[in-house]
Amino acid sequence: MCGICGCSQPGKINKLQPLNRPIHQHGHDHSHHHHDAERLIKVEQDLLSKNNAYAEQNRTYFQQHNIFTLNLVSSPGAGKTTLLVETIKALKDRMPIAVIEGDQQTEHDADRIRATGVPALQINTGRACHLDAHGIGHAVTELGVKANSLLAIENVGNLVCPSSFDLGEAHKVVVLSVTEGDDKPLKYPDMFHAADLMIINKTDLLPYVDFDVERCVSYARQVNPGIQIIQLSATKGDNFSAWTDWLAGHVKQELL
Amino acid sequence: MAGIAMHELSLLENVREILENHAVTQKFSKVIKITLEIGKLSCVEPDALRFGFDVVMNGSLAENAELVISEVAGQGICQQCGLQVEMETSFDSCPNCGSPFVKIIQGADMKIKDLTVI
Repeated sequence: MCGICGCSQPGKINKLQPLNRPIHQHGHDHSHHHHDAERLIKVEQDLLSKNNAYAEQNRTYFQQHNIFTLNLVSSPGAGKTTLLVETIKALKDRMPIAVIEGDQQTEHDADRIRATGVPALQINTGRACHLDAHGIGHAVTELGVKANSLLAIENVGNLVCPSSFDLGEAHKVVVLSVTEGDDKPLKYPDMFHAADLMIINKTDLLPYVDFDVERCVSYARQVNPGIQIIQLSATKGDNFSAWTDWLAGHVKQELL
Repeated sequence: MAGIAMHELSLLENVREILENHAVTQKFSKVIKITLEIGKLSCVEPDALRFGFDVVMNGSLAENAELVISEVAGQGICQQCGLQVEMETSFDSCPNCGSPFVKIIQGADMKIKDLTVI
């Protein structure tokens, strides 16, 4: 049984339920004249209510166990996994770290994380383009995430859908690399609006690309005036300590 | 379904699950019409919902049901000047004082309003 949501679903839920469950059995004559009385049922139920309820359970669990949880979001290829690998190298001696990886397919990212020596679990979302709170609850149980630790969730590379699905995290962190357009915050405003921190990654490539950092920062602030911004290069290590300091500061503040 | 990946599909699967739960508690066997209220400031495209609706409801008790989507306008209150304003996006500034801090009071939700059933 799942330790967080209490459901009997076995450990790993990697895929959504199949779509075509046979419910409507066609055993009757199809000359529908609607003799049966139609009635109107008030529902008034939010479509995200189920996910939000699981997210709240996760959040409570994280708070009770002092697990500082980040939800990392970006387009595919912005460098989330490299950022995490370098973060783990820098911080793993200072705090327990665990990682949940979300991708439509493959275990590649979880393998890269495990190579650093920290536990990682891969969720393959299959058709779905985002992680959901129920799957995260199961992953946390299966992974045995320790109390007083940092949990990084790397969401599916997608700047649209994950913005709607609360996972119970403390903060959403959006990663944008300079090889993308500097107007991404305006093109995908919901995500930049939902994030507390924007990391501008691959700054070592700035001399080679047409990316205006100031413009990007101003666009991000336009959709989210309170967003914090850190510029760094995860591969070259430039300004990386600004990020690890941010993390360590939050872990200290929010866990102790 | 190959190649379709969008959060509207997950939301439609939630719709299906919600109405299946209601079918048990409210004792009905077929859904004729579903009315959704989709806020203009929610991250949902009504067209994408319409696109995925038939596919997700296929084989369910809402197969061939009519989908009605009523869009709810965005409303907010400026945290600086207190004016109640219409919002086109969730990050609109106040048209009166220019403050970027406008609190959304309507239009962020997406919900099933009601079902017509037999």
